[in-house]
Amino acid sequence: MSNTKALPAKLNSETIVLRPSRGWIPLNLHELWVFRELIYFLTWRDIKVRYKQTVLGAAWAILQPLINMVVLTFIFGNLAKLSTDNIPRPIFTFTALLPWGLFSKALADAGRSMLANRSMITKVYFPRLIIPLSSVLGGLVDFFIQFAILLGMMLYYRITPTSAVWSLPLFVVLSLATALGFGLWLSALNVLYRDVGYILPFLTQIWMLVTPVAYSAKVVPAEYQFLYALNPMVGVVEGFRWALLGARPPDALTLAVSTVITMIALISGMVYFRRMERTFADMV
Amino acid sequence: MSDLAIRVDNLGKQYRIGVQNDYYPTLRDALTQAVLYPYRVLRYGLPSQHETIWALRNISFEVKQGEVLGVIGRNGAGKSTLLKILSRVTEPSEGYAEIHGRVGSLLEVGTGFHPELTGRENIYLNGAILGMKRTEIQKKFDEIVEFSGIEKFIDTPVKRYSSGMYLRLAFAVAAHLEPQILVVDEVLAVGDAEFQRKCLGKMSDVASQGRTVLFVSHNMSAILRLTQETIVLEGGRMLMRAPSNQAVDFYLSSGLSQSGEKRWPKEEIPADSYPFRPIALRLRNPQGMVVETVRSTEPVEVEVEYELASAINGLRIGIYLMNTHGETIFTSFDTDDGEMYEKYSVRPAGHYVSRCIIPADLLNDGRYILGLNASVYRLKRYFHEPNVLNFTVDSTGAPGKQWFEVRQGFIRPRLSWQIEREAYAFEQG
Ligand SMILES: Nc1ncnc2c1ncn2[C@@H]1O[C@H](COP(=O)(O)OP(=O)(O)OP(=O)(O)O)[C@@H](O)[C@H]1O
Ligand SMILES: [Mg+2]
Repeated sequence: MSNTKALPAKLNSETIVLRPSRGWIPLNLHELWVFRELIYFLTWRDIKVRYKQTVLGAAWAILQPLINMVVLTFIFGNLAKLSTDNIPRPIFTFTALLPWGLFSKALADAGRSMLANRSMITKVYFPRLIIPLSSVLGGLVDFFIQFAILLGMMLYYRITPTSAVWSLPLFVVLSLATALGFGLWLSALNVLYRDVGYILPFLTQIWMLVTPVAYSAKVVPAEYQFLYALNPMVGVVEGFRWALLGARPPDALTLAVSTVITMIALISGMVYFRRMERTFADMV
Repeated sequence: MSDLAIRVDNLGKQYRIGVQNDYYPTLRDALTQAVLYPYRVLRYGLPSQHETIWALRNISFEVKQGEVLGVIGRNGAGKSTLLKILSRVTEPSEGYAEIHGRVGSLLEVGTGFHPELTGRENIYLNGAILGMKRTEIQKKFDEIVEFSGIEKFIDTPVKRYSSGMYLRLAFAVAAHLEPQILVVDEVLAVGDAEFQRKCLGKMSDVASQGRTVLFVSHNMSAILRLTQETIVLEGGRMLMRAPSNQAVDFYLSSGLSQSGEKRWPKEEIPADSYPFRPIALRLRNPQGMVVETVRSTEPVEVEVEYELASAINGLRIGIYLMNTHGETIFTSFDTDDGEMYEKYSVRPAGHYVSRCIIPADLLNDGRYILGLNASVYRLKRYFHEPNVLNFTVDSTGAPGKQWFEVRQGFIRPRLSWQIEREAYAFEQG
C-alpha cells in the first residue's frame, strides 16, 4: 500500500480478539491505568457540573453537614442525651458527618452511575469500572471543603488534633473503598433492576442509624459489638474522632473486621461487576 | 504479519427482547419471584426461556488495512449492532472477530457532552471519552475549534448552543481522532446540508490517508463517494459484498430498502378516532413495490388505507411531509381538488384507499417523515399523527450529480435551463 503516510509506524501493535466470554472474567485492573485520564476527566466533570448546577454551588457542600449537625445535636443532645465522651456535641457530630457524608454520597452516586451514564456506555468502549470509580472520587472535593470548616471549628473549641492524625488518610481510603465495594454491587444491580434507585435512600438512612454518627459506639452493648463492627463505617467514624478529637481509639478488632468486610465487598463487587459488564450496553 | 485490519468470522449477536421496551424488571419482583419460585416450579414446571432475536448471524468478512468498507441495510438490519461489536461496546454471542490496530468509534457525535459544561470543557471531556490523550487534545485544540467554526462561543455552556452549533463542535472533536481503524455509524443522518458536506469532506480526507474505515449510512451517495466496497445486511444476515456501485444498485432495486409501510394494529388506534380507523400508510415506487428508499428521479405513490365504521360528512384525509428538523415541507388533502370535494362531501361507511403521487424531481436527498391526518374542517379531528413513516430520498441520477456536493434546500426540482449567448449585449459592452 502506497498511501500509508498517516499510519503510525508500528502497525499490528495491538490485536484485539472479540469473542463471547464465558465463566470467570479476569479483572484486568491494569486497564484502569491505561484509561487513567478518562477517570480523571469523568471525576472532573462530575465535580464541575455539580458546582455549576446547584444554585448554592459550593455553599451546599457546607450547609448540608452543618444543618445535619444542628439537627442531630439538638435531637441527641436534648432529647436522647447520648454520651459523647465529653467532647462538645456539635464538633463530635460534625467530625462524624464528614466521613459519613463522603461515604453516603459516594455510595449513592456510584449506585446510580451506570444509568446516569448510559449514553456513554452504549456508544464507546472503556472499562465500565471507571464509571462507579470516578463517581466515588467525585465526592472528595465536598469532603475537603467540609474539612476546612472542621478545622475552623477545632480552633473555636480549642481542640488540637492528636498524634494519630497520620491515620486520617487511611480512614478516608477505607470509607471510599467501602463505598466503592457496595456501590459496584448496587450499580450493576441497578442496570438489572430499576428500583434499586428507590431503595438507595432508604438503605443509606438505615445505614446511618447503625453508624455512630450522632452517638458514641460505646453505647452499643458489649455483646453486640462484634455484630456492630460488621459495619465498616463504625471503624471509620470512630477513627476520625480518635485522630482529630482525641476520643477513645477504635477497637483493634473492630478495625480488623471492618477492613475484612470492606475487602470482601470490594473484591466481590468487582467480580460481580465484571461478570455483568458484558451485558451492560445491551440492557441500560 | 498480514495487512489485514479486521477479520470477522461467523459473528452473531443475540438480544433478549422485551428488555429494550418500557418494561424493566424490578428488584422487588425478582425477590418475590425468588421466594415464590419453588411453588411455581411445582405448580407450572420450569419457566420458559426469554424470547430472543438474532440481530446478527453468520457474518464473516475481512477488511484490509487502508480499505474503506460501506455497510448498508434497512432499519433494524443489524448495522449498528455490527459496529458496536467491533468497537467493543457489546460482546458477540457467537463467532469471533480479530482487530489489528487501535479502533476509534463514532457511533454518535458528542458522546458524553454535558449541557452545563462549556464548549472548551466538552472538547476535553469528549476527546478523553473517544480515547484521545490529554496532550493530544491540547495539541489539536485550536484546530478543533477552528474546524467547528464556533470560536466565539467556546466558553459558553453548550446548553445555549443551537443544535447545529452543538453538532459542529461534536463532529469537530470526532474528526480529529486519529485511530488506525475508524468505525462510523450514520453520523450524517443529523445536521444540515452544510454540516453534512463538511463531514463528508473530512471523512474522505480520513479515507485517503490510508486509514481503515467502516462506514454505515443510509445515504447512498455518501457510500458511493467514500467507499470502494460495500456489504449489504438484511435481517441480521449478510446478503452480499460487492464493489459499492453494485451493492448500492442491488440494495435500491431489490426493494430491500425497508418496509416503507406503517400498519396500525387495533390496540394502537386511539378510541376517539372512531368511526375513522387507519389501517396502513405505504410508499410505493413506480413498479408498485413498497419501498423505504425512493429515488428522487422517480415519482412515489403514497397510499392511505382506512375504514369508516359509519359515514362522515366532509371528511378529508391529509398527509404531512416533514424533514428531520421537524420543518413541514408540505401538507395535502385528498379533497383539495374542487371536484373531489364535491364528489366526496359524504363518505359512507366502508373500506377505502386514498392515493396520491409525489412527482419525480421534487424532493432533495435526505430523510423525510410522513404524517397522517383525518379531519373535518373546523369541526373535528378524528386522527392526527405527525410522525408515521420515515423514508429516505436518494438523488442518484438527479440533475447536478456530476458534482459531488450536497445540494442545499428542501427540494431538488429539475428546472429546464436555457443558455444563450447574447451577441448583442456582449458587443455593447
Ligand atoms: N439493546 C438491544 N436489546 C434488544 N434488541 C436490540 C438491542 N439493540 C438492537 N436491537 C435489535 O437488533 C436489531 C438490529 O438493530 P440495529 O440497531 O443493529 O439495526 P440498524 O441496522 O443499525 O438499524 P438503523 O438503520 O435503524 O440504525 C433490531 O431488530 C433491534 O431492534
Ligand atoms: Mg443503526
